Amino acid sequence: MSVLVYIENWDGKLKKLSYELASYGAQLAEKLQLPVKAVSLGKVDEATLKTLGKYGITEVLSDTKETYNTLDNSAIAKALFAAAEKTAATIVVMANNNLGKAVSPRLAVKMKAGLVSAVQGLPISTEPFVVKKMVFTSKAFAQITIKSANKILTLAPNSFGLAEKNTDTTITAFDAGLSADDFATTVVSTNKVTGKVLLQDAEIVVSGGRGMKAADNWGQLEELAEILGAGTACSRPVSDEGWRPHAEHVGQTGKIIAPNLYFAFGISGAIQHLGGVSSSKVIVAVNKDPEAPIFEAADYGIVGDVFKVLPQFIEAVKELKA
Amino acid sequence: MKILVLIGNVPDTTTKVKFNADHTAFDASGVQWIINPWDELALTRALELKEAYGAKVEKIVVANVGRSETEATLRKALAVGADEAIRIDADPLDAFFVATQLTAVAADYDLILAGIENADYNGTAVGGMLAELLDRKSVSAVSGIDLEDDLLKISREIDGGSQQLTMSLPLLAVVQKGIAKEPRIPAMRGIMMARKKPLNVIAAADAEALTAFDHFELPPAKAACKMVDEDQAASLIRILHEEAKVL
Repeated sequence: MSVLVYIENWDGKLKKLSYELASYGAQLAEKLQLPVKAVSLGKVDEATLKTLGKYGITEVLSDTKETYNTLDNSAIAKALFAAAEKTAATIVVMANNNLGKAVSPRLAVKMKAGLVSAVQGLPISTEPFVVKKMVFTSKAFAQITIKSANKILTLAPNSFGLAEKNTDTTITAFDAGLSADDFATTVVSTNKVTGKVLLQDAEIVVSGGRGMKAADNWGQLEELAEILGAGTACSRPVSDEGWRPHAEHVGQTGKIIAPNLYFAFGISGAIQHLGGVSSSKVIVAVNKDPEAPIFEAADYGIVGDVFKVLPQFIEAVKELKA
Repeated sequence: MKILVLIGNVPDTTTKVKFNADHTAFDASGVQWIINPWDELALTRALELKEAYGAKVEKIVVANVGRSETEATLRKALAVGADEAIRIDADPLDAFFVATQLTAVAADYDLILAGIENADYNGTAVGGMLAELLDRKSVSAVSGIDLEDDLLKISREIDGGSQQLTMSLPLLAVVQKGIAKEPRIPAMRGIMMARKKPLNVIAAADAEALTAFDHFELPPAKAACKMVDEDQAASLIRILHEEAKVL
């Protein structure tokens, strides 16, 4: 038996999320007194995979087939299943991101594993196996028992953090046994977001709502995000109006994020919006309406004009960074 | 082409969430039920495809796993334009249970659409599990879908960008925001017509749930928001750095 962690790569590179998953897998395995291994699909060099040892991974199975980069859901699930069999894994851990959400259900059927998505923290108990997650879009916590022998957990990003545990890592060449026929997704074009902090990776998020008044008014907000190294987000009306892309919408029907610091400029804080951001560690709200519900969710607030506050914030951050 | 849209019956998204006395179950008293928002967007796109391509889209069927009280939600789907509804008569115990139930009806459809998440227990798995049980291709985080001859043109979000794909049928697509704009509001004529459309109730099959929700709790109340004057905004940056230590 073992705990298996699926480590994704982005053009051969790993991210903080990868090390967070490794840390989580290692701590979970320690709790269960099981070995922890990882599987990597796609072209990643050995030196990069070795860095997982810093977070407790003892062995990485690496299948370097290039075609994994088409992110074909059934092919990746099939490869993960082969890796789970090879490592006799009873628990598989992966990210609760787009790819994790896509492949974990398929793998769960193959392994006949109970699946819980967006898990927060280590299990509350291991016998029975009980984990915690947020439900009703962050309005409540739930405890869920996984009854099956095999289990799959997708971890809510930025919910666990990093835990170093220096370990020697072996990289083992692995062939999941897939052929060209297994890859049925034809990618016509890929548009990668470059030069910007991705919303899901961002530790600080700067977000704007209807109070920003127009698409042309985002300049200062983007400037603040840039000097903070922050991601940019928006509320639903803003993306519905087409002022900002859908990918930036946080809230009930958009993305659920949990950065360390969330700035809400001109966002009233409808219950649907709060659901997407209330797991943020610190929330700062700027709104001209003192009655706006965002102030009930915020840790720090300014009642005032976003266009008067933004330049002050930008100057103050510049001073701080200087 | 026949399209099946999976429909979740969830509390209205503005519901104030509460639980029973021993915190083991959601308290549904006084709750308004709606089509799960992502499923509603999936249905909207299915209707748009039918309008755009006419006879090429033979029919649109909606299906859910639930008890009789979920029929109002299915009727709403019929009222905005779905042709038929199927209700599998069981409590939706968990994603594996629901997906297993749906295998009884889903295999005949060329395109199956599922929303990416449920607004109640925030599960994300029914679509992917159903695809695997049917041994069918799937694509997730789909934000655009269109027909081109016998193929589907798909836009999907990936972690770090977006992609344009072509996929062949049969396919299961797990869809998210962007797939359609505003969901439709049923008109009186649609509501009248929906009463005459077929809503078939199917007995549940033997299936097991692999997970169980045991306990719920509300998040702890938040401390009062610390207010800073508008003309002292710069001091807040200092507080975030020195006191909150997040900058």
